Amino acid sequence: MKITLGAVVKGGTSLNYKTGSWRDQRPVLNIELCKACGVCESVCPDGAVHLVNEAYRIGYDYCKGCGLCAYECPADAIQMVAEEK
Amino acid sequence: MQETEVLEGSEAVAFAVKACRPQVISAYPISPQTHIVEALARMIADGEMDSEYVRVESEFSAASVISGASAAGSRSYTASSSQGLLLMTEVLYASAGMRLPFVITGVNRAISVPISIQVDHQDTISLRDSGVIQFYVESSQEAYDTHIAAFKIAEDPGILLPVSVCMDGWILTHSYERVSFLEQEEVDRFLPPFKPKNFLDVNDPKSWGSYAEEDVLMEFKYSIHRAMQYGKERIKEIFSELATITGRDHGGLIEAYRTRDAEVILVAMGSMVGTIKEAIDKLRSQGQRVGLIKIRCYRPFPFEDILDNIKVAKVVAVMDANFSMGSEGALGMDLKAKLCGRRGAPLVLECVAGLGGREVNEKRVLEIVERAREVEESGLPLDEPYWAGLRPEILPEGAENDRQGKIG
Repeated sequence: MKITLGAVVKGGTSLNYKTGSWRDQRPVLNIELCKACGVCESVCPDGAVHLVNEAYRIGYDYCKGCGLCAYECPADAIQMVAEEK
Repeated sequence: MQETEVLEGSEAVAFAVKACRPQVISAYPISPQTHIVEALARMIADGEMDSEYVRVESEFSAASVISGASAAGSRSYTASSSQGLLLMTEVLYASAGMRLPFVITGVNRAISVPISIQVDHQDTISLRDSGVIQFYVESSQEAYDTHIAAFKIAEDPGILLPVSVCMDGWILTHSYERVSFLEQEEVDRFLPPFKPKNFLDVNDPKSWGSYAEEDVLMEFKYSIHRAMQYGKERIKEIFSELATITGRDHGGLIEAYRTRDAEVILVAMGSMVGTIKEAIDKLRSQGQRVGLIKIRCYRPFPFEDILDNIKVAKVVAVMDANFSMGSEGALGMDLKAKLCGRRGAPLVLECVAGLGGREVNEKRVLEIVERAREVEESGLPLDEPYWAGLRPEILPEGAENDRQGKIG
């Protein structure tokens, strides 16, 4: 792959970079405790949390493991677990 | 027939910028740069100029605004001085990295502490590694001409880098000189509208300076260096194209003044060059073989052109109006780095001259030439730079044993 002048790229290409490999803490969502309030989705800086069939799912391809969702979850439904590599 | 007027250097620059039809100007006032952007603001307010003038709360924002405007495909301009230029530093590195071709006037002024509004080159020299092309000018006329060339150089598809035209505060910006202007049609023919291949467009979204995986940074930096190296030839072509229109040839990357058979050659840039030329004429009339190299383009560093003109010199005395604390002045370091190990290379006498507006007059230039003659006789470089005109008597206690300026 050639680099571009000024690092100019087409929009949306960040999807090509699966930054989940940076993660050393993994958020694990306990669906039993989840009230589907959506706070986790709104605070995720990577847009890695999505509503799928009325339940929240964390996309590990892009989640960097920052822990914001676990910190903000009002139902304590998300636990950070050490990533094993 | 070109119109000629006697006017302030700042105003000459404002007229040059106006003639280049920038679409966006953003600036924050700081002395001694203020008169330039004041004049531009007035021209816009009076409807003489069709540009967007964005008022901002800091130089960081001024640089950011023109950086964004440039990415959007607008010819853009700002000016600053001293601490203001330092505050732009982070943005300028990024702008060079994003290959955004705007123009900045760097009106030279010392850096605090102590606070000083007087001229030296510490501010723009502190930006030398940013990837911004730097020109230094000797007169208001050269400032006018160089600004017109600067936009064309910045926007050259093989260069695409910010360009800074550096001019000495007060001495050039606030004194009145004769300046000849080009006709608008002549400038328009020389400098066509800015039409970059990439520009911010909602119908074709792109990002500038995007994230790249860390292992490619080296190639990005090398490509800026390569653009600078290419610029060495292209800048000369653009300068001579402009010279055929103006009838004024200020030289290429350097101007060699009476260097052909010179044993001692001074190297300097900015307004002090005029005084040095006078001193050299005087010494020549007494039969002394001395000459001068005026650096017009500092980045890229015109080493090849310097080398061509110092072949018979025994000593090259560099007059740096800047200093890297704990080392030497920038011009001296650049020159020595390139000369080192070359057969028959002249000795380099590194002089610090004109910090904080310390006067560089004929007497001081003659002292430096005398010092260069001593170096020539001893055949050895100085251990420490020669601080021309330093007053050791006012230094605090403990400086008695300083080695500055001792021979051998």
